[in-house]
Amino acid sequence: MFRITKKRQLNDSVTLMEFEAPFIAKKALPGQFIIFRVDEKGERVPLTIADYDRDKGTVTIIFQIVGKSTLKLSKLNEGDFISDVAGPLGVATEVNKDAERVCVVGGGVGCAIAYPQAKQLYNMGIATDVVAGFRNKDIVILEDEFKANCTELTICTDDGSYGKKGFVTNALRDLIESGRKYDEVIAIGPIPMMKFVCDVTKEYGIKTVVSLNPIMVDGTGMCGGCRVTVDGKIKYACVDGPDFDGHLVDFNELMSRNSTYKAYETHQCNLFKGIKD
Amino acid sequence: MNKSTEKVAMPEQNPQVRARNFEEVTLGYNAEMAMEEAKRCLNCKNKPCVSGCPVGVKIPEFIGEIANGNFEKAYEIITSTNGLPAVCGRVCPQENQCEGKCIRGIKGEPVGIGRLERFAADYMMSQATSNVEKPESNGHKVAVVGGGPAGLTCAGDLARLGYEVTIFEAFHVAGGVLMYGIPEFRLPKAIVQKEIQTLKDLGVNIMTNMVIGKVLSIDEIMEMGFEAVFIGSGAGLPKFMGISGEALIGVCSANEYLTRINLMKGYLEDYDTPVIKSKAVAVVGGGNVAMDAARSAMRMGAEHVYIVYRRSEAEMPARLEEVHHAKEEGIEFLTLNNPVKINGDENGRVKSMECIKMELGEPDESGRRRPVPVENSNYELDVDTVIMALGTSPNPLIRTTTNGLDANKWGCLVVNEEMLTTKEGVYAGGDAVTGAATVILAMGAGKTAAKSIDEYIKTK
Repeated sequence: MFRITKKRQLNDSVTLMEFEAPFIAKKALPGQFIIFRVDEKGERVPLTIADYDRDKGTVTIIFQIVGKSTLKLSKLNEGDFISDVAGPLGVATEVNKDAERVCVVGGGVGCAIAYPQAKQLYNMGIATDVVAGFRNKDIVILEDEFKANCTELTICTDDGSYGKKGFVTNALRDLIESGRKYDEVIAIGPIPMMKFVCDVTKEYGIKTVVSLNPIMVDGTGMCGGCRVTVDGKIKYACVDGPDFDGHLVDFNELMSRNSTYKAYETHQCNLFKGIKD
Repeated sequence: MNKSTEKVAMPEQNPQVRARNFEEVTLGYNAEMAMEEAKRCLNCKNKPCVSGCPVGVKIPEFIGEIANGNFEKAYEIITSTNGLPAVCGRVCPQENQCEGKCIRGIKGEPVGIGRLERFAADYMMSQATSNVEKPESNGHKVAVVGGGPAGLTCAGDLARLGYEVTIFEAFHVAGGVLMYGIPEFRLPKAIVQKEIQTLKDLGVNIMTNMVIGKVLSIDEIMEMGFEAVFIGSGAGLPKFMGISGEALIGVCSANEYLTRINLMKGYLEDYDTPVIKSKAVAVVGGGNVAMDAARSAMRMGAEHVYIVYRRSEAEMPARLEEVHHAKEEGIEFLTLNNPVKINGDENGRVKSMECIKMELGEPDESGRRRPVPVENSNYELDVDTVIMALGTSPNPLIRTTTNGLDANKWGCLVVNEEMLTTKEGVYAGGDAVTGAATVILAMGAGKTAAKSIDEYIKTK
């Protein structure tokens, strides 16, 4: 059992949660994830680690309500317990120590995972630009945290209600066109966003790392549910990833496979909320 | 003496009924049936049956006690060498082991050793009181990585010798393949947990959610004061065929399908883990895992379930009983058939699988006749789900994070006959060493390792 020590609502559907997990906190690195099971009947669900405190022995996750399990998790409060948490899983993000300038692109709740990446790079003395995209002003998260941990922050919203109007790809292209020389781009967010970012960076020949979130069950290299095609080969996101070279990932396949249980999930969510499909 | 050439029949659920429920297929002998069957044993002096048992169960002795109605004594004899009798009685491939060597098997059926083992274990479990006592500690700590059959056996044997044993289990519950792989209808999970409770009563400490290689390295475990480590981390990544269409929605590994159903209890309404709902399912493979996946698919409501296997039925590695039960339940066997590609619809979902017919040619390196494709025999099998049950390759998490631990070219850990790895104080066994094999072989390895660890610590 893992006790929740902090809970903060970042916007209507995104929650920050810190819980006690001393073994995981001791080993966690940016880019790795945990698998949680909210209660006895819950699914095993992967979530990327947003932060950790080795001294306090705590791990922080930031999640959006997307299905029944995240909905159930969001109902827990400080002092409550999460039934199971396993981790840190996956390979930590490989840091290019020689990089001079890097651009971290986050989309929506993906910013929660982009944040520790930006923080790590910035604190290593690497010039780190951040482009954070959201649908609208109401769901902007982590603005202050990013500001304190990057060289330049560009916030964009799809509807222009806050920051720059338009998609992250436009902002990224503007930065590149303005003469910023990036040794690497890190893109974390919805699959279409990562795909389009990769299309842009391919044009300019900039290496791009993406963090994938395929369907998983065990998360330890046993079920094969998280298989993705990278450079034409089967890779398992749980043990080979979740980071991959974005220019080699088959995003269309990933998008299709991630929809496997969509109808079921919507149904379960509605049942839990007590509404009809 | 019972001179019948046939085993006392095992009561079973009706095939038509059981094909749609997850309750246990075989119901077990009652006391009368068990005593009757036990009387078929000839009590041979040279005990050929024992030589076929990887954990050396004293078979004629325990059967003799059952014949005389001393069921508790029979159980004690079994558990003196086998820590998981209720499991072994149900899932061991007895026809290749103890029963395969039984003299009664020469003219007629061998003695139902597995059924009798199960009877003794179930009988004791049905008795309210547990008479397990925690042995006095010898002050030595041993770590076991993985709470599957190998790890549980190793832990149990060491605990009985007085060692303080901690099992590090990656999942939220111990049991390994007994929990995530083998279905409820073949091995009820309550029985697995009762066997594990017996180990806890012996003083074994189980830490769940501990993915060794990630949260702790083997070296860190040794720094925590454990004098020896046994690695029984099991099988790993599922194999796929590498044919076109394997990324379509509706294609999964048997590991994933079975884990969703067994470990996550996806077949029960009130559990949250989804399971694909299928009309027609092709399970590719011919082992026990393929049978488990096929029979589970039937129970999940599929109208047609096919076993697609490239060799003939004689070469199938599955236990005879599983094949027999699967057929009774309406699973359709397409032997000498091999998938060529999987076709999808406009939504990326499986709509059919193209297969080619095979015929048997010359024997290959495994000694089995090599299946060769029959030209122009391709056809389409209408299915909406394809489950790949082609075996697994070992999990890389431990070998890639531990210095001095050698693996072979397939990624299996290298051990000597004492189950010692190439790293001092570190032992290994089960699928992590052999690649995908059986529960009982893993248990045998765990047993050998426990003996070696005891000798290692005593002479250190």
